[in-house]
Amino acid sequence: MNHFTILSPLTLAMVLTSNTAVAAENAPQVPVNLPPPKAGQYVHDVPTIDSLIENDKMKPQLRSVVLKGYDLFMNTQQLRGENVFNDMNCRTCHMGEGRKSWAAPVWPAATTLPNFRGKNQHVNSVEERIAGCFSFSMNGKPPAYGSDTMLSLVAYHKWMATKAPMYEGNIAGRGFGKLAKPAQEPDYQRGAKVFKDNCVICHGEQGEGKTARGEVVFPPLWGDGAYNWGAGMVRLKTASAFIKHNMPLGKPGTLSDQQAWDVAYYIDAQERPQDPRFTGDVKETREKYLNFHKHSLYGTVVNGKLLGDHKNTGEKPFLKPFNLRPRDFAQGSDQL
Amino acid sequence: MYIKPLTWTSAVMLSFCALTPAQAETGNADKGKQMAAVCVACHQQDGAGKENPDAESWPRLAGLDAGYIQKQLADFKSGARNNATMKPFASMLNTEQAANVAAYYASLPAPAIKATAPTDAQQALGKKLAKRGDWDRYIPACNSCHGPDSLGVGSSFPALAGQHAGYIAQQLNAWREGKRSNDPQDLMLAVASRMSDDDIAAVSAWLANQPAAK
Repeated sequence: MNHFTILSPLTLAMVLTSNTAVAAENAPQVPVNLPPPKAGQYVHDVPTIDSLIENDKMKPQLRSVVLKGYDLFMNTQQLRGENVFNDMNCRTCHMGEGRKSWAAPVWPAATTLPNFRGKNQHVNSVEERIAGCFSFSMNGKPPAYGSDTMLSLVAYHKWMATKAPMYEGNIAGRGFGKLAKPAQEPDYQRGAKVFKDNCVICHGEQGEGKTARGEVVFPPLWGDGAYNWGAGMVRLKTASAFIKHNMPLGKPGTLSDQQAWDVAYYIDAQERPQDPRFTGDVKETREKYLNFHKHSLYGTVVNGKLLGDHKNTGEKPFLKPFNLRPRDFAQGSDQL
Repeated sequence: MYIKPLTWTSAVMLSFCALTPAQAETGNADKGKQMAAVCVACHQQDGAGKENPDAESWPRLAGLDAGYIQKQLADFKSGARNNATMKPFASMLNTEQAANVAAYYASLPAPAIKATAPTDAQQALGKKLAKRGDWDRYIPACNSCHGPDSLGVGSSFPALAGQHAGYIAQQLNAWREGKRSNDPQDLMLAVASRMSDDDIAAVSAWLANQPAAK
């Protein structure tokens, strides 16, 4: 058994500040190895749900809407069949209630949007950004802009961003992080071994995840229950960073960069519901969205199979939700 | 028109459900009942176990997952789980007999246990750790692996709700102190090693007071 003794700054801080520290010299530890903030980065102190509940200055009506947003964020499956057509919850990728560094904390959406987004080549609002998650990661159809559901989710994002500076983009722990290019090209067989050794216990031999008493406990990683081919997680750079900094649960930073790239490749080389931007031809779709798909295996041949060459939309009875449309601000302003 | 076919995924999943490693050995509960005659001294006739203040508490076995019990018996026997009390009993069982005993206890309805009520502070902290965790200290919620209401997920993540507080606390402490290490991939060690004494007391008390079945 492998007991790591190197403590990250976070772990050290935890040990030093916990009320009754587990201080025994030889006590085994599993490190929390996460990249520290860089000099000059804004480090956000994300408020806790406890502080929300205790905040007697907030209007109770607002508190209940923020808590509704929190509830939707944690249990997005309550929108199954309406907005969500797979096994995902917001918290599946945005771990730690959407507050955690390197698990794509969501509060920066509230301070950095509206802004231009490369993925859809136009300026996005917070709502449109959330809608993107529903369209791709949830393989679904977003709640309507301005709806109670959407407003609640936005309220949760904005409340978490309390006191964060607007349009400050240099944020510590934003996204999933970025791994250096691997020494060896990512490899399916090596990835399969990493998967078997580290992931199967929760996600299953076939990446099918695990459900208990009707609730998804461990999400599927491919197949109909998983994110579709348009989700950010299909990009190897995104999946490898998510894996390295968040998986296995409770043990971030324990896989090597190479292992993270390899297992990301293995997972990406499996099938999943169609990209809702599908034109009818997978290679054409890959080309059309190459700025995105150059990072994924979509439309490429792995193990003799052309990935994404199908019309399966999973549980979702349509291909393209309403929000995936171009925007045109060409008229601009005549006030200048 | 996009219509969901029965995809290859579903087909593979169906075939996989039939045979997972933990279920490979399916025990006979009737035979297990006879073998369990020696277990009742501690684990009680109904498998409810017993809380022993200031001593080793005996876990509830009734209603736990068979694969989980079987693995623990194998680990007591091999020494992978170090427990002086259980080692001689587990060593009496061959693989088939262990599977039978495991099947027997898994087949019993989970009885309500006697549990001391948590203090108000323990109630709040214990519930928070079980249901939400404390991510600022990188402590994921119990529920995130042990499933909804901490009633267990498969053979790797046992039910915690309705388990004796003393037993849960003793196990968490054993992990923290390096005395228990038969968890897969150090997953429980990772969490337990970040928990304080107060955390352990609170979450144990809270879990013990939750229903063992729903």
